[in-house]
Amino acid sequence: MPENPLLEVKDLRITFRSRDSVNPAVKGIEFSLGRGETLAIVGESGSGKSVTALALSRLLPPPPACTLSGEIHFRGRDLMTVTEKELRRVRGKQIAYIFQEPSASLNPFFSVGHQIAEAIRLHRPEVSDVRAEVIEALDLVGIQRPEIRFRDYPHQMSGGMQQRAMIAMALSCHPRILVADEPTTALDVTIQAQILDLMQRLKEQLEMSIILITHNFGIVDGFADRLIVMYRGDIVESGSTEEVLSDPQHPYTKALIACIPKLGAKQERLLTIDYSAL
Amino acid sequence: MNALLEVRNLKVYFPIEEGIFRRATDYVRAVDGVSFEIEAGTTVGLVGESGSGKSTIGKAIVRLVDPTEGEVYYRNDNISSLDDRAFFPFRKKIQMIFQDPFNSLNPRMTVAGIIGEPLEIHFPELSKRERGEKIAQLLTEVGLSPDHMNRYPHQFSGGQRQRIGIARALSVEPEFIICDEAVSALDVSVQAQIINLLQDVQREYRLTYLFIAHDLAVIEHISDFVLVMNRGKLVETATAEEIYANPQDPYTRKLLDAIPRMPTISGG
Repeated sequence: MPENPLLEVKDLRITFRSRDSVNPAVKGIEFSLGRGETLAIVGESGSGKSVTALALSRLLPPPPACTLSGEIHFRGRDLMTVTEKELRRVRGKQIAYIFQEPSASLNPFFSVGHQIAEAIRLHRPEVSDVRAEVIEALDLVGIQRPEIRFRDYPHQMSGGMQQRAMIAMALSCHPRILVADEPTTALDVTIQAQILDLMQRLKEQLEMSIILITHNFGIVDGFADRLIVMYRGDIVESGSTEEVLSDPQHPYTKALIACIPKLGAKQERLLTIDYSAL
Repeated sequence: MNALLEVRNLKVYFPIEEGIFRRATDYVRAVDGVSFEIEAGTTVGLVGESGSGKSTIGKAIVRLVDPTEGEVYYRNDNISSLDDRAFFPFRKKIQMIFQDPFNSLNPRMTVAGIIGEPLEIHFPELSKRERGEKIAQLLTEVGLSPDHMNRYPHQFSGGQRQRIGIARALSVEPEFIICDEAVSALDVSVQAQIINLLQDVQREYRLTYLFIAHDLAVIEHISDFVLVMNRGKLVETATAEEIYANPQDPYTRKLLDAIPRMPTISGG
């Protein structure tokens, strides 16, 4: 646990309700994030990792569909109790998000430059030359000739380029925390490596913290400082990435690591998770 | 010829059209002179990045796109020159499993309808009851329950939907299945289950696979033989062991380097 953390989550509970069912998605979890730290939240679909990320700036549907409880301490305030107006100053500006499918997150009707400019105008009204700021943001994420590419529409860019543009948009407001929800799952392995390198470099350059949400243990090694493993709404294991990867304690963590095909291993069968044993 | 499938100098060009007369000003050479063979009962992995042309090869084999040049032989028949009517029996022998289990199943059809449709087309002699029995048997085969027959695709998880896609492919008793990124959209834990399932049904029905993917770790695991593709051309062909132990082409090495290194842990 980092001392004097940037973000501290206590007893977070998220419950979804419909007419005839109550689904506890997150069952009282605790974690913290230090300044300049990268934390990975690893788990399968349905483990509650993505809703945890969305809950950090209360992006979930309002009650009664979804109820939220617990504490989210960020820069001396509990985000659970602040007003909607204050919350809007945190979303995007302090805690920024990038999601899995960049083509679904970008608006196809506007150029990427326009969309990045919109974010800057909203969160940083003091900026006078927005265009220069957009070009700088695109340059930062390694888009070649940003002064030309900022006029591109999303469909004119490849998936990797679109994800870079999304990162540029998220970072254009200088957030303290970047929440990356499966940022490379829709991308090729080679592009995945590039995007992870890029996030790592920018984290150091901009002194921000990262929360990486993923189902794949393969990408956390060398990227995250610490990780937590979620299973059915609970944290089953947490610790430094090195520690957990080299000596996982919980059977679920072991199973999740073991099911990834390993190069050169030539296993007869892949190991799968035996849920009945958990 | 021993090969089940042979692709000879396959080229697929897509025209870039410009102006109001849609004149072709240039071509995208998606597949540019590719030749390979697949032996019966083996799995050949085809790996490359987005845009390398790997999916186009799969589509050209089942005639979802027209080849610009070159031939595809299935056993001894040149299937690239057949008209639709003559190609019909090969649609039963060659099946396809797609990447996205969300888009490749009709949301308005029940599972019974999805798996039953190819049965109606290719096995018109089956009675309704026989068809129902066959669907139930296929569902059990892929690890689902016959009770799932009357549900719709949205009632299933991604992994279960991919199982439905596999049951649909198996329903017509094919010899050859093209898996186009069949496990790429799944969680790693579900991916492992589906890969195991594909290997189980391969053994049981003596199937031949062309397994298309961008992840070399998956390809290396499942394949006997690997084809590496870059910009429409094959840059390396070798056995799965050789590709890993001794990659020749710089592009293959680049793909290998991009795969995250994982600690080996036993048990689980």
